[in-house]
Amino acid sequence: MKGWYAVRIGARRGLTEFGQSVRSTQDQGFYLFTALLAVGYLFLRRNADIEGTDLSFASVTLPSILGLLIAFGVVIGPAYALAMEREDGTLLRHKAIPHGLTGYFTGQMVFQSLSLVPQLVVILVPSFLLFDDLMADPSGWFTVVWVVLLGLAATMPIGMVIGALVPNSQKVGSWGMLPVMTLAGISGIFYPIQQLWGWVEVVAQIFPMYWLGLGMRSAFLPDEAAALEVGGSWRTLETVGVLGVWAVIGAVITPIVLRRMARRQSGSAVEAGREAATQWVR
Amino acid sequence: MGSVITVRDLRMRYGSKDVLTGVDFDIDAGEVVCLLGPNGAGKTTTIEILEGFRMRSAGEVDVLGEDPARGSEDWRARVGVVLQSWRDHPRWTPRRLLAQLGSYYEPYGTAERPKPYDAEQLLETVGLAPSADAKIVTLSGGQRRRLDVAIGIIGRPDLLFLDEPTAGFDPQARREFHDLIRRLSRTENTTILLTTHDLDEAERLASRVLMLAGGRIVADDSVEGLAHRIEGETTVKWRLGGESFAESVSDPTRFARELFARHGEAVRDLDIRRASLEDAYLALVQEHESGHGDAAARMFKEATT
Repeated sequence: MKGWYAVRIGARRGLTEFGQSVRSTQDQGFYLFTALLAVGYLFLRRNADIEGTDLSFASVTLPSILGLLIAFGVVIGPAYALAMEREDGTLLRHKAIPHGLTGYFTGQMVFQSLSLVPQLVVILVPSFLLFDDLMADPSGWFTVVWVVLLGLAATMPIGMVIGALVPNSQKVGSWGMLPVMTLAGISGIFYPIQQLWGWVEVVAQIFPMYWLGLGMRSAFLPDEAAALEVGGSWRTLETVGVLGVWAVIGAVITPIVLRRMARRQSGSAVEAGREAATQWVR
Repeated sequence: MGSVITVRDLRMRYGSKDVLTGVDFDIDAGEVVCLLGPNGAGKTTTIEILEGFRMRSAGEVDVLGEDPARGSEDWRARVGVVLQSWRDHPRWTPRRLLAQLGSYYEPYGTAERPKPYDAEQLLETVGLAPSADAKIVTLSGGQRRRLDVAIGIIGRPDLLFLDEPTAGFDPQARREFHDLIRRLSRTENTTILLTTHDLDEAERLASRVLMLAGGRIVADDSVEGLAHRIEGETTVKWRLGGESFAESVSDPTRFARELFARHGEAVRDLDIRRASLEDAYLALVQEHESGHGDAAARMFKEATT
């Protein structure tokens, strides 16, 4: 395929965007804010233990929070970026260039994936300084890596599809933020999923967020802690299965949705977006 | 040289509203053509169809040998589009963005037509060299538009589209922009199609004007040609002994000579005014804006033929 060179250009674009992001005080502020919230939450309950075990609250909750932040970042991040860059003409610029869209979407994926690195670092570093016994066994880091990668593949397409379908960037809140928050609430991040009604438990297990959290807990916690989970097991195969299915569905659907979005781009569409954006009160 | 753009019976309909009702024109290689018309006449629709950004309702369109609705990537590499940005790439710098976007054209360069342009040189050409490393978010409106132009031509296009390129420019930026377009046409022999609602701009830039009104082309000529066709009668006004006179004449020079021969220095406040293309165009715009697009188009067509 002649367009492969554009993947390379897009990867370079993603790297540049990432470099610009970590140097921007706005993005640094965002990372620090989420870190403060997450670590602050764990710190306030630093003396709590999980009932019936000798596991600390922090050690059980940290992996879940990481799972949540990954899902949140790669859903809301691309959703917002696509909606915004469709309005401001970034997408149209790439449409006017040979193989530009290939490069643009590659850049988006590279940038959004890399953005997880500072996000995780700002939470992991202070957490490991403040709390003990977070990682039961160093081999868990290997699990962290594959869970993060598979989780990325499973959740980022959701963000891209939301970004492609949302009518404008101001609606990303209600189209993206709200469902993700709701899912976070029922996905066993803040309290065990078994405490919810049966049907909610089923719904939560359809979506990748629960499995991301479970996978992260299986990476960080000792094997005994699996007793706290549904079925008393880490259900590693099921985790791979559900996340894998989401990744495959995403890989099939996302290009179709993105192509449809790109087809509808034109100068007058961008102009309309500009007018809509300057007209906040309607 | 052959035809770069061929348009036959192009029609566009949004819902029940006909925007284009049968547009025909040809543009040859190396021409600078202005699509002129009042706001809402369908200029943007036309140019977006040619750019391949919009599907037409009916008609035949050929741009550089391909149908833009199914333009290939090879075709894309030969077409430049100057887009109007407003807040894209705020964290990038002009230098970085030009280099990044230019790199997509590399595989399409040939020995006699290397692509893309050298980014540094292009920044110099559009006058952006001093702010080449500034964040784009900090650029002024005029600098931003020069960046738009640079991005539009970075791939050394055979054909360049510009939609209302100087909207929102101050007079200085406008003059500089016109110079840039003329230079591009002269040195690269780039075929250029631009839209404008400003007759003065069309006059400055275009070797040919396509006047769009009522959904079709009502005039297709050079600005001088149009002006020549529209100039029929001339109005001569003067004062004589406290009284005002006015007369429509076909040879104002002779009329004035005779006037002076008869009355000598008694003739005061002589005013000779030709019916100008501007008057005719303004009348067209006015009619169009009061919702009589069709009537306006007919009127203009009669005046120019």
